Amino acid sequence: MIFSEQWLREWVSPELETQQLIDELTMAGLEVDGSMPVARQCSGIVVGLVESVEPHPDADKLSLCSVSDGEESFQVVCGAPNVRVGLKAPFAKLGAKIIESSDAKPFKIKKAKIRGVESNGMLCSSEELGLEESSDGLLELHENAIVGEDIRSSLKLDDTSIELDLTPNRGDCLGMIGLAREVGVIARQDVVPLDFPVPIESISDQFEIRITAKDACPRYLGRIIRNLNLSSESPLWMKEKLRRSGLRSIDPVVDVTNYVLMELGQPMHAFDLTKLEGHIDVRFATKAEKLELLDGKEVKLAPETLLITDASKPVAIAGIMGGMDTAVSDQTQHVFLECAFFAPLAVAGKARAYGMHTDASHRYERGVDYQLQRTAMQRATQLLLAICGGEAGPITEAIGHLPEPNEISLNYNSISSLLGIQMDQEEVRDILGRLGFDFSDDDGEVLTVSVPSYRFDVSIEADLIEELARIYGYNNLPQTGGLGNQSLSSKPESRTELGQIRQQLVALGYQEVVTYSFIEPSLADTLFPDQPGVLLQNPISADMAVMRTSILPGLISTLKYNENRQSERIRIFE
Amino acid sequence: MADPNSLLAEALQAIQDSSDEKSLESLRVQCLGKKGSLTALLKSLGQLPVDERPAAGERINIAKQEVQQAIEKRKASLVEESLNAQLRSEAIDVTLPGRRQSQGGLHPITITIDRITSIFETSGYDVAEGPEIEDDYHNFEALNIPSHHPARAMHDTFYVSPGTVLRTHTSPVQVRVMEGGEPPFRMICPGRVYRCDSDLTHTPMFHQVEGLLIDENVSFADLKGTVIDFLHAYFEEDMPVRFRPSYFPFTEPSAEVDMGCVSCAGKGCRICGHTGWLEVMGCGMVHPRVLEMSNIDTTKYNGFAFGMGVERLAMLRYGVGDLRTYFENDLRFLRQFN
Repeated sequence: MIFSEQWLREWVSPELETQQLIDELTMAGLEVDGSMPVARQCSGIVVGLVESVEPHPDADKLSLCSVSDGEESFQVVCGAPNVRVGLKAPFAKLGAKIIESSDAKPFKIKKAKIRGVESNGMLCSSEELGLEESSDGLLELHENAIVGEDIRSSLKLDDTSIELDLTPNRGDCLGMIGLAREVGVIARQDVVPLDFPVPIESISDQFEIRITAKDACPRYLGRIIRNLNLSSESPLWMKEKLRRSGLRSIDPVVDVTNYVLMELGQPMHAFDLTKLEGHIDVRFATKAEKLELLDGKEVKLAPETLLITDASKPVAIAGIMGGMDTAVSDQTQHVFLECAFFAPLAVAGKARAYGMHTDASHRYERGVDYQLQRTAMQRATQLLLAICGGEAGPITEAIGHLPEPNEISLNYNSISSLLGIQMDQEEVRDILGRLGFDFSDDDGEVLTVSVPSYRFDVSIEADLIEELARIYGYNNLPQTGGLGNQSLSSKPESRTELGQIRQQLVALGYQEVVTYSFIEPSLADTLFPDQPGVLLQNPISADMAVMRTSILPGLISTLKYNENRQSERIRIFE
Repeated sequence: MADPNSLLAEALQAIQDSSDEKSLESLRVQCLGKKGSLTALLKSLGQLPVDERPAAGERINIAKQEVQQAIEKRKASLVEESLNAQLRSEAIDVTLPGRRQSQGGLHPITITIDRITSIFETSGYDVAEGPEIEDDYHNFEALNIPSHHPARAMHDTFYVSPGTVLRTHTSPVQVRVMEGGEPPFRMICPGRVYRCDSDLTHTPMFHQVEGLLIDENVSFADLKGTVIDFLHAYFEEDMPVRFRPSYFPFTEPSAEVDMGCVSCAGKGCRICGHTGWLEVMGCGMVHPRVLEMSNIDTTKYNGFAFGMGVERLAMLRYGVGDLRTYFENDLRFLRQFN
């Protein structure tokens, strides 16, 4: 998962440099794979206000603008099609520098004459700032941007995209809320709670939801939102957060669901309400059902596939991808928003079976917090209404068989026997408490711990002890040289060890080689026509498709390889 | 009737002129064979008057004997001549330099496995081996990796049939040893493993050494001590070693082990990706479920396991850049390890 450091710092901001933060994450078991700045290095670029636009006297496609930096106005020649009076855009003043890459020379803005007219600076596109690969106009800043403010602080460009390589047990960190919780524990800091205005329900329309597969779909929330204006554009702050998290802005509906995915780790889906018939049912596929997916691929649905269907047809593969027919398009006005919890077992491996991997399947397979759906639905609704207008109906919630909250008995003595340290009971409760665990009982010997709904990986005592060790710090744990009881073993004298035979061959001038266990089928056939080898179902290449029944083919290939390289004397063995 | 004396003279001359054993033999056949000239004379005796027969017979027999003797004599001299010729031609020039017996060598993978094995053997670890074509149960299920588990995606598995795989790690050997014996266990399992992946840092076949210790009262501290001691022994250097929380379905707690970069002493270089640390192995306390599945009494026993890539260790120790060179078996590469 890629995330923006600044976004994380909105939740919890420890006093650590970026590199220190990266190290802390890695040492807590959230391995950082890489990081990169979110924009090019630049200086001298501010928020500029376009005060006037005149045609260039000598060129059709250029305009002559007056741009203010809040204090003075400058004459600037601009070729962008979207330049207009009142627009706020990044303005590189004379002397500004942009460094395209770490080994490139800085690009300096100088006074220039363009087609005979003086230009004192440059209005910039997102491409020039390094925010996009390419762009076809000026970057349009928010109308509330402060004219004259340095663009780096206005757009919070002093930010880093950090890529995490999360192990499959930590699905809870696949959203900013979980990541922040983790960083809060590591840094011993409180996390700012998620806070947003609850959207107003202005209509009463509901769409019926049924759950047939009650184990596979423990919870399904739906909501109708009418009269959305999908021609509106997602705000720059949202686009930027998504971009810095490795997600491209598509349209407001996709952007909002992706935003909630990144913020809360909760996958969501929006259907075009007018394309849905009757009711929603979550059930397993029956024979001979097909579905054309959002990516244009038509799949034959296998019977163990969990589906979202309406009264007449499948409309999505649950937790993996929506269908094409019911997708939101630029014609869409009314949507049905879905926010569900699908059981990890119902989704696991299914995407792979269809040759797919989606952000949704990645999260559902690992486990999404089953208490999160209502919050996520409200958040998405609030964001969507703010961008596209529209009227939201009430939330419809259908419940299947929800997981039982897990309780684990932690014997304080187990900690010292497994880790080799005496951990203070208070410290034990403190660490687990900060990780979100609750305690229902504590008799001084055994602590009864209830596992939060987002920790699918914690089910036994050893899991809790690992959490303690992780936060305490693996490197703060002791080490011993002791290895239990001595054990001496003897080797049968009558047996000739393989190593001895090797040494004899080496003494005779033979060089040992190590060749692949899989060989070319035709070579195997030629040498041993009567010994069919074991065939691989998915060989890495056609010439490595059958398991050898003899060392000989490998030796022959090695002989050939070395003869082709003018080796004169070849004595080999394996 | 032909004159035996003239036949004899002719034959003797021919014998004298013959230059090898083969032509000598054909002369013998010509004179003395069943259809030979002297034999024919003997056969024609019957045509002579009775009183002449004994004398004629005697003459012929004498001629036969003479031819016989001449052939043998000539044969002996020919054999001697050829022997002399052979001796002359095969005479050894003892002043020439001798032909050297060159030393072969072991493959770096073998050298590395031997080195790892010998370090652990001094601490009483046994060496165990197991099948490379493994069933799904031992490779996955018994290691707490059920079929739906996301961790399966981390193993790009080669399939032989739906329930049979090329083992993706050497851990199934542990399971087989635990199933078949009684604790305590202390062993390492070196061997070939397979994953469907090929690039600069991955080959579809590679080698692992897995270690397992099951005993009473084993703690994470023992694991740390063992791993650190081993790395110091293997690299002959007391570099720093750190443990990072990680995840393997078959251990809990699990850790990745990093050691201070041996090529830049932790300053940061190309080999360690400018971090100063090198990832060298994974380890952890054996998951209780894994022990239970192998019928080990978890109230009495626990233990730790660790696993390392042999190619990785060899690369770091010998400074080999491209993993694939290990399996190209270019003799110019291999001989550098002799």
